[in-house]
Amino acid sequence: MTLVILKPGLLTTVQDLGRWGHQAEGVPVGGPMDPYAHRLANHLVGNADTAATLELTLIGPEILFERDHVMAITGADLSPAIDDRPLPMRTVSAVGKGQRLRFGGRREGTRAYLALAGGIETIPVFGSRATQLVSGMGGVEGRALRAGDRLPVGVPSEPPIPGRTLPPVVPLPAGGADLRIIPGPEAETCAEMLQSIASHTFTISSTSDRMAYRLETCRPESDVRRPRPTSLSEVRGPESEVRGQVSVEIISDATPLGTVQLPPSGQPMILMADRQTCGGYPRIATVIAADLARAGQLAPGDWVRFHRCTLAEAMAALIEQERVFVR
Amino acid sequence: MSAAPRLVWSDSALLIEFAPRVDPAINARAVAVAARVAASAVAGVRDVVPTYRSVAVYFDPLRTDSLALETVVHEAIAQRVRRQRHAPEPIEVPVCYGGEHGPDLPAVAEHAKCTEADVVGLHSGRIYRVYMLGFVPGFAYMGEVDERIAMPRHRTPRVRVPACSVGITGRQTGVYPSATPGGWQLIGRTPLKPLDPARAEPFLFGAGAAVRFVPISVGEYERLAR
Repeated sequence: MTLVILKPGLLTTVQDLGRWGHQAEGVPVGGPMDPYAHRLANHLVGNADTAATLELTLIGPEILFERDHVMAITGADLSPAIDDRPLPMRTVSAVGKGQRLRFGGRREGTRAYLALAGGIETIPVFGSRATQLVSGMGGVEGRALRAGDRLPVGVPSEPPIPGRTLPPVVPLPAGGADLRIIPGPEAETCAEMLQSIASHTFTISSTSDRMAYRLETCRPESDVRRPRPTSLSEVRGPESEVRGQVSVEIISDATPLGTVQLPPSGQPMILMADRQTCGGYPRIATVIAADLARAGQLAPGDWVRFHRCTLAEAMAALIEQERVFVR
Repeated sequence: MSAAPRLVWSDSALLIEFAPRVDPAINARAVAVAARVAASAVAGVRDVVPTYRSVAVYFDPLRTDSLALETVVHEAIAQRVRRQRHAPEPIEVPVCYGGEHGPDLPAVAEHAKCTEADVVGLHSGRIYRVYMLGFVPGFAYMGEVDERIAMPRHRTPRVRVPACSVGITGRQTGVYPSATPGGWQLIGRTPLKPLDPARAEPFLFGAGAAVRFVPISVGEYERLAR
């Protein structure tokens, strides 16, 4: 045991790339909300993509190190500091035995990823260390970390040299994000709805979590240049409801990451990391893989706009984003 | 049955949809195609998931040759589903019906305008097909329940359904593997665990399996549940 949680923060979980290979048995994939930042953190400290990191949400934890480590923090800037010395983001840093990692105010983004060279080595469940809160699998007893939890860290094969830093490749969203979508399996039967969601600005509801972002209608496209409303009650009104409400339900079917589902309420949901393996609402669109990083950095109250794109554009965007990983 | 399925691509998943309805033959085709695609082990494929009427192939867009995947999928679709000479041996699931373990049994009997014993007879009197797993790990969607006892779900779901409860909703039936919120009509409980990570085979049910429910007494339930 080499890492002790002194304060847990708001929602701190062990994450790896997810529990793949068991969706046929109903096991959700889980994994990091911002898979890109998770991989970037691993990349900086010389870990494989598959190593486990800690996902920190809005308010970071306080962590005591029981031996020397090499670490990096990516994603949201939650003002990290080692013993009151501010720590630069996306930078390989050395920390010594007995030092404490603390976090302060949130500067930008929602979820930060802390990677230690060697990776967090909690016991894998069905091949993954990812914490899935709903099924209670992975991480530490399938739950968010608590004060007093002690986490094992692997021994790095080749510890990287401290000081290496990377520029912010995917800019963190400031108050909202434009997400590119491609039509989903039920796009044709819900063509009017697909048109309609692309002309609205939505707000992420406070009931959103790691399973799904529930969206609320914000205002029509023509208003988007205006300053953001400060509360949801200001923006709701009958005239801003999404047109052509659907009452269709489908036979429960597969729900990939980023699926935009449309329940009968007419208010769409984006299915995120901890989504179930299947669902019965029409899947009108899918957020492209390249925009999942930005989506994963959103918080309740942030705005979302959807833009249709082609599969070719989705692939091009992803390849562009991957350049940083070429060593 | 042999109509070409619809392929829907995203950048990280391919959905192969056979027909948008619940039908054992369509589901058998989905299960067979999923098994073939999984066996082909195309580089970059992360998961192959059969559902009621489709197959979802999840892949890493940066490591998957989508043309190679499409070829494998077309080959899998082109193969005929081998008719099983013998129906699969049903998995026997003992159920203690009614009482504290099946609080909705009286309501289902009322819905069906019959006795509770009739409901038990109708529910345990046929072999069900496992169409797919989902909702929570190990939860099997089974059908078809006799039309007479096909009661719709509760308007307001229960906050907590005890693990191993047996429920009905419409013409579907299933066993809750873990304590979760749930809206199905609870008619009994089994001492078997649909998911036990400590077991050599953690999952009791798989898509395409056959299941028969066998009524047991409270005494037998308590003995088996120990």
